[in-house]
Amino acid sequence: VSHSLFKSSVDVSGLAETELIFPVAALIVLCFFYFSLFLMDALLCFYHRNEDLKQMLESSKDSAKLDAMKRIVGMIAKGKNASELFPAVVKNVASKNIEIKKLVYVYLMRYAEEQQDLALLSISTFQRALKDPNQLIRASALRVLSSIRVPIIVPIMMLAIKEASSDLSPYVRKNAAHAIQKLYSLDPEQKEMLIEVIEKLLKDRSTLVAGSVVMAFEEVCPDRIDLIHKNYRKLCNLLVDVEEWGQVVIIHMLTRYARTQFVSPWKDDEVVEEYSENNFYESDEEQKEKDRKVKNIYTMDPDHRLLLRNTKPLLQSRNAAVVMAVAQLYWHLAPKSEASIVSKSLVRLLHSNREVQYIVLQNIATMSIQRKGMFEPYLKSFYVRSTDPTMIKTLKLEILTNLANEANISTLLREFQTYVKSQDKQFAAATIQAIGRCATNITEVTDTCLNGLVCLLSNRDEIVVAESVVVIKKLLQTQPAHHGEIIKHMAKLLDNITVPVARASILWLIGEYCERVPKIAPDVLRKTAKSFTTEDDLVKLQILNLGAKLYLTNSKQTKLLTQYVLNLGKYDQSYDIRDRTRFIRQLIVPNEKSGALSKYAKKIFLAQKPAPLLESPFKDRDHFQLGTLSHTLNSRATGYLELSNWPEVAPDPSVRNVDVAESTKEWTGILGMTKKEKPTEKFYSESEEEEDESTNTSSSSRCLESNLHLHCLENCIFRTKTHELLHRMSGKGLAAHYHFSRQPGIFGDHMVSVQVTVTNTTDQKIENIHIKEKKLPPGMRVHEFNPIECLEPAESITVSMGIDFCDSTQMASFQLCTKDDHFNVNIQPPVGELLLPVTMSEKDFKKEQGMLTGMNETSATIAVAPQNSTRLVIIERVVKAANLGVVPSGQDNIHRFAAKTVHSGSLMLVTVELKESSTAQLVINTEKTVIGSVLLRELKPVLSQG
Amino acid sequence: MIHSLFLINASGDIFLEKHWKSVVSRSVCDYFFEAQERASEAENVPPVIPTPHHYLLSVYRHKIFFVAVIQSEVPPLFVIEFLHRVVDTFQDYFGVCSEVMIKDNVVVVYEVLEEMLDNGFPLATESNILKELIKPPTILRTVVNTITGSTNVGDQLPTGQLSVVPWRRTGVKYTNNEAYFDVIEEIDAIIDKSGSTITAEIQGVIDACVKLTGMPDLTLSFMNPRLLDDVSFHPCVRFKRWESERILSFIPPDGNFRLLSYHVSAQNLVAIPVYVKHNISFRDSSSLGRFEITVGPKQTMGKTVEGVMVTSQMPKGVLNMTLTPSQGTHIFDPVTKLLSWDVGKINPQKLPSLKGSMTLQAGTSKPDENPTINLQFKIQQLAISGLKVNRLDMYGEKYKPFKGIKYMTKAGKFQVRT
Repeated sequence: VSHSLFKSSVDVSGLAETELIFPVAALIVLCFFYFSLFLMDALLCFYHRNEDLKQMLESSKDSAKLDAMKRIVGMIAKGKNASELFPAVVKNVASKNIEIKKLVYVYLMRYAEEQQDLALLSISTFQRALKDPNQLIRASALRVLSSIRVPIIVPIMMLAIKEASSDLSPYVRKNAAHAIQKLYSLDPEQKEMLIEVIEKLLKDRSTLVAGSVVMAFEEVCPDRIDLIHKNYRKLCNLLVDVEEWGQVVIIHMLTRYARTQFVSPWKDDEVVEEYSENNFYESDEEQKEKDRKVKNIYTMDPDHRLLLRNTKPLLQSRNAAVVMAVAQLYWHLAPKSEASIVSKSLVRLLHSNREVQYIVLQNIATMSIQRKGMFEPYLKSFYVRSTDPTMIKTLKLEILTNLANEANISTLLREFQTYVKSQDKQFAAATIQAIGRCATNITEVTDTCLNGLVCLLSNRDEIVVAESVVVIKKLLQTQPAHHGEIIKHMAKLLDNITVPVARASILWLIGEYCERVPKIAPDVLRKTAKSFTTEDDLVKLQILNLGAKLYLTNSKQTKLLTQYVLNLGKYDQSYDIRDRTRFIRQLIVPNEKSGALSKYAKKIFLAQKPAPLLESPFKDRDHFQLGTLSHTLNSRATGYLELSNWPEVAPDPSVRNVDVAESTKEWTGILGMTKKEKPTEKFYSESEEEEDESTNTSSSSRCLESNLHLHCLENCIFRTKTHELLHRMSGKGLAAHYHFSRQPGIFGDHMVSVQVTVTNTTDQKIENIHIKEKKLPPGMRVHEFNPIECLEPAESITVSMGIDFCDSTQMASFQLCTKDDHFNVNIQPPVGELLLPVTMSEKDFKKEQGMLTGMNETSATIAVAPQNSTRLVIIERVVKAANLGVVPSGQDNIHRFAAKTVHSGSLMLVTVELKESSTAQLVINTEKTVIGSVLLRELKPVLSQG
Repeated sequence: MIHSLFLINASGDIFLEKHWKSVVSRSVCDYFFEAQERASEAENVPPVIPTPHHYLLSVYRHKIFFVAVIQSEVPPLFVIEFLHRVVDTFQDYFGVCSEVMIKDNVVVVYEVLEEMLDNGFPLATESNILKELIKPPTILRTVVNTITGSTNVGDQLPTGQLSVVPWRRTGVKYTNNEAYFDVIEEIDAIIDKSGSTITAEIQGVIDACVKLTGMPDLTLSFMNPRLLDDVSFHPCVRFKRWESERILSFIPPDGNFRLLSYHVSAQNLVAIPVYVKHNISFRDSSSLGRFEITVGPKQTMGKTVEGVMVTSQMPKGVLNMTLTPSQGTHIFDPVTKLLSWDVGKINPQKLPSLKGSMTLQAGTSKPDENPTINLQFKIQQLAISGLKVNRLDMYGEKYKPFKGIKYMTKAGKFQVRT
């Protein structure tokens, strides 16, 4: 976008050159200054390397400059330092070549922070572009300006953001929202002022702005939940049409919001469920009605329901982040019975890239611990393929383990058997852990699992055996019945196993249950005492333990052996082992010093130990909001916003009501924009339908009331007059009407859009209705509607066309043709339709008005009927007569309206000042004096009529 | 949100960096290299790596790591999805996304990245809009640019971003108006030793190539829309219309795009078009093993199975393989132990087979698992789920477009355990 700045300098090229003399001169001086500094620099040789680039940048040819800039960008991309070229580069900021300009911007954003003084020289270019009539140029100027991280321009940025936030173009407002975050990170002290801007932009009804402003809200003032209340319903309704990245941000914010505002839907779930089963065939409405009658049954706040309903279609998004966002919203907000609708979509995401799979599987893992039922039907989707990366395999395994129950365990164990044999040994080890967990969780299969694991002990792979030993050890603790045989088997394995953890586990087991294997245990101690010095520390500690336990239970056979081991331990290199040796010796070998403690040695060493719980590593992750970075890392990331618990009692729900007075105020304030967004909104969400639905189902009268008012307003303000284009008599049964839809820019910037409704009043179908033979005054252009192939009898169809009237009230004449006939028709626009509303503040209005005085001002005194003197009526009548935007006014008796002409974009400022004795002063300020006076004439009778 | 982006190649060089906020030193990537070292393969590098002050989120595609640097909490999928979109855009612009291509077009890459993010928040990610802003380099344009000194940067203002259909560029003109739709279905399946299906799913997409003048409004309807169990749409598809009538109604973007992805669930019975007969055995005593596989057609609805490719990761103990294929060519890489056999077309009269012996490392015991066999194949003119497009209509423009629909079935992750 930023290249569009170029256009501005073309338009004002004459102006720009004269204005540029100063900065250029200053630059040259600075250049010399820097140059002399560099001369003194010892790194002269290094500097020489870029000399050719500097020369190229200073050449008069654009191609050389472009080449140089491309090489410089190449340097930046590679991470090489190009900061010394700053003076040479910044000179080209006003270049007329778009690509040079763009690349200079890239350079500026990268180095401005390091060369703040020099960067200031570029500011004036952007300031000028901020006032450009073209919205894209304004937007890109704001974008670059706010990206230059130079603290000294903070006031300029603040001003620019404020202005842009009330710009007519939603695109500029979107960029203003982005700029808020940039300014905030540059200077957090601006917070209060920025919050004001955020508050204003949150009221915006444009889908373009919504995502960006919520992002700014999250970054600057996420705790100001009160700013959301009034905009909550609007955000819910706009959501479907917001661009995908904005959707993610809004959904996350609304999740947090909802958790503070609504009561938990989880408490009485069962009751509600039973209820819905009984009423399976009844509609939702009836159901709700009944629900309400039964006291103490939870009813969901209509706003809560609205959020759930409006996010559901987004599960069908192609963007994985959006799907995940909706999934977490349902997880955290929906009644438990409804949350399961997200599982299908999440499973779909598993066919995506490895990284997406990784994140989604993690979240499913957390979900599946708490609510198994959600993913049980998709069990097979989590089966592991040998080509999956290890991290995906282990996550899938985790989920499979979580989903295991009595019904599916046999299939799962068969599947696990394949995994154990996997060539990926890390994964095989994880599978053994998983089998262990299944065995403890499902008592029916504990024996089967244990037997399976014992078989694995004869596996050739050391890691597999080691892991099995560790798991068996844990299982045996929970299953005291089995010991004898398995322990004997494991003792035999001790000779072959070398993995320390496994050896240690076996030794511990033998020690713990030494009384059950009285013949083997001392022998094991004998063997290990021999190898003591070569063992790993972990194993040494267990040898000591084994010795101690045997000493206590079977001291006759093992006394000497234990003492030998203790002696070895006494001189070991590791202090842990020396410590332990001392401790054990004191405890078990009675001497005069040891006192009472050694009496209890047996109790201490051979106490009943609680069995370890085999738990999922995802068990404690659920306190993080799903789908967040913190959840993925299982630790609080910087800037993580806690999801609050449901409130016991819901805060006042009426805060979300947009009351009538306010809505009209807000509404009229952005009148112009609303019109503009209309097509966008309708396009996908078919808002009419949506809104009706929401009022019905939300079934709260207050909400309905406010909506109703909005509808009334809409109708009375926006239904512009319909004019006849072709009477049915003269059109041989073909009738046509037109009205000005007041939608800007469908066919191009300068076109006024006209909606033509053609009706077939004959009893035969009319074919091929199209436009021909346009007779237009010079400059005028018409964008035809697409031919209507066929119009059935009594049917009518509405098509839209665009006409560029060149800001004149001249007629546009053309022929309306059918297959066999053609009729001459013409459209003459009322002057009020040649305008597009502009939003501006009262201050700006006065400023602009100040510049359009004298010749540019026309005024008249008019009579005002008494019933017309309220603000609402005046606004309604004036806006109906001409397409004007309402300017908020501080005084009750003055009403201001602003617009610009469609073709040339000249401002048209209208002021109505109520005077004594039902008169009023009507003032119009504009450069286009002709249109101004015509408009004055047309507005005169508007307020006097009853 | 996204602070910086680093592009790292397979040998661990950072060959491109871009910062959207203050500059983050490239030394932050050391944490990434550490993680890379710890992971045995590139695929195992964790996509999210925490460091003391930043978080590194990465995707690995085309042998390049795209590493985004994040400073605070953000949904990780947001960043990952965006990075994938970046890769898709590069691919769209340059045909392939490789280190060489990116280095050659570093200026265009930089300009595109600049447009895609503003202050780390996605701005323009629709390829139609991006292409209006920055024209992709073509050979012709490069030549013209060097001669005339014109640029890749579009000189028109991208009004698309402001329009009601932000995904479609304005003022599209073609002399031949055409719209092609490819229905491509992939079968993901795991077949067990005995040849029975453990799990099978169909994952389908409809890719479109639409080159139509003006603002066409298309509707696409299916004979059997109920088949589609779970769908995801390009933003251009009107959701309400699908919900109520099961019709796809949309104003398409210009050029290539993915209209729809769908999923036919595991609950439905999936026809498996090929079978593999295998006999792979290792013997404990000798250092020789036997290897024999045969591939044959199963439920193909009378269509030919082509492009068949068999790959298998052999156990580490296998030193070499001496095999003779009845058709096609085969390679065994003794370093990676990867066997691949390019079979080609299956002739039902004479089934392709690969037979021979394996030499095992002397002294080591036999591997406890037989290798899994991965299968690839293609079947033209068939959508295995039975999905059929009913009709395609165009409204809003007066010309008659040329329409075409193609079906294809492919193997997705198709594994046979042995």
